[in-house]
Parts: sequence; structure tokens; C-alpha cells
Amino acid sequence: MADDSNDWSKPAAMAIPKGGYFPDKVEKGRYGAVFPKTPTRYGFTIIAKIIPGREETFHEYGRKLETAVAGNPECLAVLKLHTLKWVLFDIKGDTYFMYQGVFDTDFDKYTEDAIELFRSLGINTVFENLEGFPKDWKTNAPAFVDFVRKHHRPSFLEYGEYPYVSAEEVKKALKLKAAFGTALDQMQ
Amino acid sequence: MTDTDSPLDFDDIQHILLTRAPALTGRYEFLSFKDGASGRAWLADIAPTVQSSAQVMASTDQQSRWVTIAFTCNGLRQLGVSEDSLATFPEEFRQGMVARAEILGDTGANHPDHWVGGLASPGLHAIVILFARDRAERERCHKAHADTLARHPGVSLLSALDLEAVPPFDHAHDHFGYRDRLSQPAIEGSGEAPTPGSGAALKPGEFILGYPDESGPPSGLPQPEILSRNGSYMAYRCLQEHVGKFRDFLRQHGRTPEEQELIAAKLMGRWRSGAPLTLAPEKDDPALGADPQRNNDFNYKHNDPHGYAVPLGSHMRRMNPRDTAHNMNRRRMIRRGATYGPHLPDVAPEDGRERGIAAFIICASLVRQFEFAQNVWVNDRNFHDLGNERDPIVGNHDGTLEYKIPKRPVRRKITGLPAFTTVRGGAYFFLPGLKALRWLATQPATGKTT
Repeated sequence: MADDSNDWSKPAAMAIPKGGYFPDKVEKGRYGAVFPKTPTRYGFTIIAKIIPGREETFHEYGRKLETAVAGNPECLAVLKLHTLKWVLFDIKGDTYFMYQGVFDTDFDKYTEDAIELFRSLGINTVFENLEGFPKDWKTNAPAFVDFVRKHHRPSFLEYGEYPYVSAEEVKKALKLKAAFGTALDQMQ
Repeated sequence: MTDTDSPLDFDDIQHILLTRAPALTGRYEFLSFKDGASGRAWLADIAPTVQSSAQVMASTDQQSRWVTIAFTCNGLRQLGVSEDSLATFPEEFRQGMVARAEILGDTGANHPDHWVGGLASPGLHAIVILFARDRAERERCHKAHADTLARHPGVSLLSALDLEAVPPFDHAHDHFGYRDRLSQPAIEGSGEAPTPGSGAALKPGEFILGYPDESGPPSGLPQPEILSRNGSYMAYRCLQEHVGKFRDFLRQHGRTPEEQELIAAKLMGRWRSGAPLTLAPEKDDPALGADPQRNNDFNYKHNDPHGYAVPLGSHMRRMNPRDTAHNMNRRRMIRRGATYGPHLPDVAPEDGRERGIAAFIICASLVRQFEFAQNVWVNDRNFHDLGNERDPIVGNHDGTLEYKIPKRPVRRKITGLPAFTTVRGGAYFFLPGLKALRWLATQPATGKTT
């Protein structure tokens, strides 16, 4: 297992046991066991079957979220994200949805904030079109978490080119770079 | 059916939820019921002494003692509440604080294995909270309850804790000297106006079951409704304060008394007078600290985004990140309680006697409010991207963590922060309304959900 204290300049890979946990290092979270931090930080890959005939709803949602982020670039800040990917794909004629996120805190910590955000941004329009999604998710955080956990497919391997670096640290480094550029410009 | 627009039922809500008794002392008694009949008989006997919010609001000046009763999940079970009914209570309450220790950061020296007074025992069923105006009244009540218990041999006293205010008595403060009771949420419909900077009054369902909360109408209430309505949950925490170690730390890191005061202020986010560093960054301002119209009137995002005044990891900033956290209205909690143990005078060396804070955190959802605060705000080492810190006052410390104080041109970093507090006990309690207390006392072993 890779060491959390690794130098960011030293790329790292981590093989993860079946089930997604290291048996001797399972951390207990408020809503269940916390998936381990890897060189790419925390994340999930949720895969679920969509209710047949609902594909267009997903594309509508994509356009809606694009507009929401353009209008308020900080609207997803609470999720402490690096990246999110939404994918639709087919298996034997059925359409499945994949929602893959990379973020800086374990999902357990900000579960309620995520639910609140999903509701305010209408992200529910995607999840409510998945088979088995709890109808009372807005007021039943444990049921929401249970759905996420049941449909999460943990990685068996993760790799980070700049391991364990948070999005905040990346943004700080870029700000510093820009500030140095400005300082050098002023010296000309 | 729950009426979502109903005003607060002051006659049914236990006073501790909505009022703060002017007590200088008190006593907590932790009880165990041998069987349901014994517990119910004792409860029927003592329930009339528990005041409602309405009673205390109407005549606080004439009263000299205030009684509260609450039960653990095992206590409700022992009283005869059915498994069907208990299954409708939230998972974290049913598991209890001991089972949630890792989530709460209660590991190492704070682990329930080291708790005192039988609080980690499944035999803990109930707590009687007595707040008293003075010590004579406390002793009178103590004796009165001892007499009551003598009439109910099936109810045993697991342990008790006598409370003592810390001198000087003109304002509430802990053994470290920090002014207390500075930031409490106001509840819509309670008649209490929020102080400047505290935000708008919150929907009562954030604290009292059966009312709308900040997310909408009440949902998922424990059943039957007569048991849950006007009730709440209380997380009890008994924290020993290591005053000698704290003072040694200040002396080690501050060359002069002024520097030591500043270090103390940087750990808390306020001077010990209560004056917030956001408003008094360089020098203490006791008048500001004592003025509720001013001492809470600040935010962080614009006033202090980098923590130059209030360090990002300070106790105050962790326990209430204000405008730097999301959905704050769903994370607020009511805090009640008091100090215990003898005062250690400023000039006295550590005497080895136990002293600390014994407090209740009251909220409608332990997992969303109390456990979130403990797990994320207090004990997340990476809160605000700090990397290797926990709450410097109440976080779990083993000497390996640090504390960073932002400062221009270069921040100050204190390494090897010691534990200034140790958890000595805790429990999750359900705080029923007065009708529910009577129902519990008179509904032998039915508890069917309705």
C-alpha cells in the first residue's frame, strides 16, 4: 500500500483489495465504512441501470448543469471535487449510467451537504431516473447513502501522477504561478 | 398526524430545550432500572418535578431548582417501549455513543474503556439533570431524590456528578478561563431574538421533533408520535480539562503574560474575555467580550478568509464556521451544561484533582448535527486543508499533531500539541416531552406504533 506522506512529485499507484477496503484499516464513518484514500484522493464510481426510455432526461440534465455551473462556478464547491464524469452506456440492450467522481474528502463526511446540493441543483433529475433510487431520498440520508454504496464499484487500482494533492493545493499553486508571472512582468 | 404549522408547545417541551436556568450549581444522576415496572414507578413519582418551558419562562425568578429527565435507548427498552417502536428511532441513537466512539474520535485515552461512572455500560438507562440556584438547594434536592430512590429499590444510582461554577461568578466560563455561552442558535417561535451576527432564528424542527426544520416539514419521526413529539436528542459529553497542562503550554509558547493570553486566544478564536479576534485582533477588549450585542457580530469569508485573526483550525472556527461552511442552518446545536470540579487558582500548581465541563448538545438529528461536528469539524485532521490538525481544545490529541497560526510574513506552527481535554464519559439520550414522560410512566410494555 502506498504511503500517504508520499512526495507529490513522485507518482504513485495503489492496488486495492476486493471490496474496496484494506481489511486492517477500515475507518468507521457516520453512515458506514469509509473507502480508503488513494493517490487520487477519494472518489466513487456509481453504476446503475436507468429506467428504460429516460435517456433524454439525462442529456437535458447535462445542459442544465452546464448552465448552472456557468452561472455560479462555485455551485459544486461543497463536494470538494477534482473531476466528475457522467456516462451512459449499453449492456445487452439495457442502458446504464456511470457517475464517477474524484474528490478530496470521503463521501461520508459531507453526505447531507451533497443531498442538499443535489436537490437545489436538480441533480435529482438524474438519480430519480435510476432503477431502485429511494423516493424519499430528500429526507432520508441513510437511504440515499445506501443506494450510493450499493451501486458503487470500488477501484482495484488507482494511480496519481501527483499523488495525494488536493484541488485546493493545485489551485493555490496555479495562483502562485500567476502571481509570480505578474511580479516578473512588473520587473520588466 | 403532525401539524407542521403549529406554534411551539411550551407546556410540553422540557425547559432545558428553550430556557437557560440561572443556576450556579447542580447535579447529574445516572440511573439504571432493574426492570420496567420499577423504572415506570420511579418515573411516575419524579415526572411531576420536571418543569416545562412554559413554567420556567413564567417564573424563573421564583424557582430555585430545575429538573430534566432523559433516557438512553436501553432505558426506553427497559421501560417497556416495544422493539417495533425502538426500530423507528435513528440508527445512531439505537447504537448509542459507545458504539459510535470511532466516529466521534473517542479513541486512545478518550475511548469508552476509560470512561467513568458506568456511562459506557449498557445498564445506563436514564439521567436526571438538576440545575440549582445554590449549593444548599442542590443538597436539598439531592436528599429528596435519594429518598425517592429509596422508595424504588429497582432503580439504582450508577453514578453522580456534582456541578460547580468557576469563580468569579459574574459570568459563565470554563476552567481554562474562556467565557462561555456566547454563540447559541435562536429558535423560531421561541420568543428569543438572535443576537447580531448569529443569523436568523432557525426552524424549531432543527432541535425539537415534530416541527418543520430548515429542509421542510417533519419526516421520519419515531413512533408512536406521543413519544416523540416535542422531544429531542441529547449528546452528553464529560470532558476533563487539564488546567495545569494548559497553563504550562501557554507559558512554554508565550514569553510574557500578554503573549500567553494571545496564544490562549489563538487556540479558541476569542480572548478569554469572550472578545472575538476578528473584532479585537491585537488586544483584548473585555467590554466587547461581555456585550452580546457585539461579541458575536462577525463572519469569516470576508473579514478573515486566511485566518490571520482567527486561525482556521481554532475551536471557535471549527465549531461554527459561519459563512465558510455550507448548509450551516442544518448543523447548529443547542448547548447546555456546566463545569464540575474545584477551581484551580491562577497561581496554583496542578493539584491532580479532576475538573472539567459536563455538557449536553441538543439537536433533532445526532448523526447530522452532533456527529458531523465531532467527526468533521472537531476531529478531521484536514479540516480547511490544514493537513495535520484537530480542534486544539476538544479534539483527540496524542502529541503528534500541530497547530498553525497564520501570521505575516510567516505563519507560526506549534508542533506536538498536547491533549488539553480528555473524554471521561458520554451517552446519547432521548429527551421526551412531558406528555411522553407520563406516557412512558403509565404505558406498561405496550409501546405499539400507531
